[in-house]
Amino acid sequence: MATTSLKKLSEREDLLSGGHAACPGCGGTVILRQVLLAAQQDDYHVVASIATGCMEVVTTIYPNSAWRVPLVHNAFENSAATISGAEAAYRSLKRQGKYEGKVAFFAFGGDGGTYDIGLQSLSGALERGHNFTYVCYDNEAYMNTGIQRSGATPKGANTTTAPAGKVEPGKRECKKDLTAIVIAHNIPYCAQASPHQPRDLMKKAQKATVTEGPCFINVLSPCPRGWRFPPDQTIQIAQLAADTCVWPLYEIENGKLTINYKPREKKPVTEWLKSQGRFKHLFQPKNQYLVEEIQQDVDARWRRLLAREAADSEEPE
Amino acid sequence: MAELLKKDEMKPGAIGEGGTMANLYTGSWRTYRPVLDMEKCIHCLRCWILCPDSAVEISEGKRQETNLQHCKGCGICAAECPVGAIEMKLESEFMREEQ
Repeated sequence: MATTSLKKLSEREDLLSGGHAACPGCGGTVILRQVLLAAQQDDYHVVASIATGCMEVVTTIYPNSAWRVPLVHNAFENSAATISGAEAAYRSLKRQGKYEGKVAFFAFGGDGGTYDIGLQSLSGALERGHNFTYVCYDNEAYMNTGIQRSGATPKGANTTTAPAGKVEPGKRECKKDLTAIVIAHNIPYCAQASPHQPRDLMKKAQKATVTEGPCFINVLSPCPRGWRFPPDQTIQIAQLAADTCVWPLYEIENGKLTINYKPREKKPVTEWLKSQGRFKHLFQPKNQYLVEEIQQDVDARWRRLLAREAADSEEPE
Repeated sequence: MAELLKKDEMKPGAIGEGGTMANLYTGSWRTYRPVLDMEKCIHCLRCWILCPDSAVEISEGKRQETNLQHCKGCGICAAECPVGAIEMKLESEFMREEQ
């Protein structure tokens, strides 16, 4: 039976071993562990592909692998295309009666491999309707190559290619709303999650596993190195993202949006910005306008989510 | 535990067996070591599910000692423990003790 009971899950083998080379306090490996543990449920076996990125680099240092499930790494841009091929081959084998087992196909990618470089292969795989789940661990920049800005980097963040200095205030552009782009593909299941609520994330991974057709889960992956915070605060930072509504947790099942976490008291975005060194420069008087803009962006998105949830709940089943 | 594969035993590009990174030692990365007070522990397993290094060991639903071969000392377990049962202590103190 599918379960998110930690006690029951702890009896299973961890599908990502220790000894990998992720930085201390990495959010990405926490996400991988939770998703893999949850997905290997019932009689499903996980087959995964991974885009080039932090998680690929740290878990597959030749000649070793931290993965205890079959994993393909192909290139930066084609995690979704690679898993599409594996899934098509699996369907063919099933049709020919050569394979009986149940396989849950998972594609993993960072924000670089998903928001930017792998976007077209992701979009193609979603549109073709392959039965797989794409999990994006979003650490909001190209971390393993040295914190270069990506389409997922939020406004005002200091990165090595959009540095904050005397003239520039860090990245000037808004973060791409990838989850909204994926929703526009009208896939059966799409969610945003965060590792600080393991049961929520694991439930979403399990839903995606059993849902026929393409599914997408976008998971915030706090990065101590790139976001500039002490490594023990990874989970608290993820919690803060949810409490400030910077990273809302929601899911869309067959077109119906549900918000999974509504903070009792929505915290001001300054608390989120203050927690990380990459936003330090925003508290200089000349950058005050950016803090206000960021708060307005967050508020507007949160209002739109609440409105969509209310509208969806009124729609007849 | 899976045997560590040698480079000449494998075909280029493929890794024959999963989970072999478990044989590697990342304990030397630690500056702080998590020390668990077993009497305070309520076995909620939150440290286990939030450990980035799969270093928290559980047996029959009960928290065991941390796997110091893999633990990098990030301190997430101590920060997230709801009852404050884990304390981060400087690794150098243990070195002095061991000497």
